[in-house]
Amino acid sequence: MAFLAVFAMALSMAAGRLADRWSDALAQSSTIRISAPPAEMEAQTWAVLTVLEQTPGVESARALSDEDQQALLAPWFGPDLPLDDLPVPQLIEITETADGYDADGLRQRLAAEAPGAVLDDHDRWRRPLAEAAGRLRVLGWLALVLILGATGAMVTLAAQSALSANEQVIRVLRLVGARDSYIARAFVRRFTIRALTGAALGVIVGLLAVAILPSARDTAAILTGLSFSGAGWFWPLIIPPLAGATAFAATRIAAFRTLRSLQ
Amino acid sequence: MISTIWPLHLRVRSGARLRPAIASAPPRVQDRGNKNGAGARGQMIEMQDAAYGYGAEPLLSDLSLQLPPGSFHFLTGPSGAGKTTFLKLCYAELLPTGGNITLFGHTATGLSRDGIADIRQKIGVVHQDCKFLDHLSVSENIALPLPVTGKGGMAQESNLNELVGWVGLTARAEALPPELSGGERQRAALARAIIMDPDLILADEPTGNVDWDMSLRLLNLLIELNKLGKTVVIATHDLALIRAAKQRVQARVLRIQGGQITAAGADL
Ligand SMILES: Nc1ncnc2c1ncn2[C@@H]1O[C@H](COP(=O)(O)OP(=O)(O)OP(=O)(O)O)[C@@H](O)[C@H]1O
Ligand SMILES: [Mg+2]
Repeated sequence: MAFLAVFAMALSMAAGRLADRWSDALAQSSTIRISAPPAEMEAQTWAVLTVLEQTPGVESARALSDEDQQALLAPWFGPDLPLDDLPVPQLIEITETADGYDADGLRQRLAAEAPGAVLDDHDRWRRPLAEAAGRLRVLGWLALVLILGATGAMVTLAAQSALSANEQVIRVLRLVGARDSYIARAFVRRFTIRALTGAALGVIVGLLAVAILPSARDTAAILTGLSFSGAGWFWPLIIPPLAGATAFAATRIAAFRTLRSLQ
Repeated sequence: MISTIWPLHLRVRSGARLRPAIASAPPRVQDRGNKNGAGARGQMIEMQDAAYGYGAEPLLSDLSLQLPPGSFHFLTGPSGAGKTTFLKLCYAELLPTGGNITLFGHTATGLSRDGIADIRQKIGVVHQDCKFLDHLSVSENIALPLPVTGKGGMAQESNLNELVGWVGLTARAEALPPELSGGERQRAALARAIIMDPDLILADEPTGNVDWDMSLRLLNLLIELNKLGKTVVIATHDLALIRAAKQRVQARVLRIQGGQITAAGADL
């Protein structure tokens, strides 16, 4: 259980990092591509920059210079590309504020002011991905809650069977004057210690397993990136106390309920 | 000392102070009123029109009596008359289905589970079927009430040994209960009943399956305890035992018959 919990936690954290990276780093920049006859290019570029300046949510906008564009295209076409002779579109790089801009509104204004401009806001594919990663993070925590719940249910069942296996002992103890709390204590102690040590072992094994997973920070792929980073490595340490507390509560409730049902 | 109360390795470690009856000086019987937790009118147990039935039919009814501190009672009647049932009412294993029973000043039907446990700590019961834990040794069974009731303190092994010796079980202290003879079981049960130095001792057929000599020995143990100030109730249908006791203590005899309890005449 603790082993699974470590993975759920790692999944959740990896997904969280991914979601943050995608939504912060990527979704805050977009580009506008202007395709126009060479004669109109300059005018449309100015028009677009003017529009962007007036658009709320746009932090800065920059028309890429010929050198920039050449650098972008070089990997594909080689360094000697005669840009001037080709109908290469002009690119404008937009950096958004945290709140972002209204993409549809901007598109309408661009259509009116610079018919050759096309807004490529990357959101079309990025936003669902970021949302999915965010959902994956929630799912990870949900899995953690479910694992705790399953642990509680398992402990309850185990405690109930231990209690009924000891029914005769319990009856005799009651006859010699034992309070319910005394009897429950023996069971609660046993199951809490078991859960604590079991979870500690599980966490150790889980952390080892996560540590030796092939890590590939650069590719940012979800599975290969399943790991903890920095202080995240300490989070799994809360699993044993959490498991212990769950076992404590589950056993106590089961014990008192069972004891009350015995005459 | 108590290694494993729980057969499934559920261990409870707790130091326990042994305080058997014989370790304390004999208190004066008449001093023992409210001090030992008896009720407002100084009664250990008081019944007013109490009734009990396992089913719809009442088995016992119109029970009205008082057990004053330091008294010695015999409870007699034919088999199946309800002697065991009566004793169970006295330590709240059963609660009256009618009327009222007051245990140590508390209304039995109003007791919480903890309240019942606390009252049982003041009552030593010799059960008709002994109720031992068969996986514990005789001495562990005898000492069982100590950790259970959290009397705390350091275990005084010597007091336990003294008590085991007092009931003549020193040689059998490490045996398991199923290995004991009937008389040994009943002596062990008596030792467990008195290890907590209870104010009240309820003995259900303590001489049920022993010979006459052993019956007298057990009776003498109970008479000694009574002289130490304990209230004693013995359920038995052995009239010879009652006669033997009457020569040594002031014993009242209660007879249960036909669901009623009556004070038996002087013909015994
Ligand atoms: N748990 C029970 N459920 C139903 N009936 C019971 C129960 N315990 C006892 N009885 C019945 O109640 C009646 C009185 O039982 P009890 O054990 O009090 O008798 P007793 O006087 O102690 O008898 P003995 O001298 O044989 O020990 C008996 O008829 C018995 O069958
Ligand atoms: Mg009986």
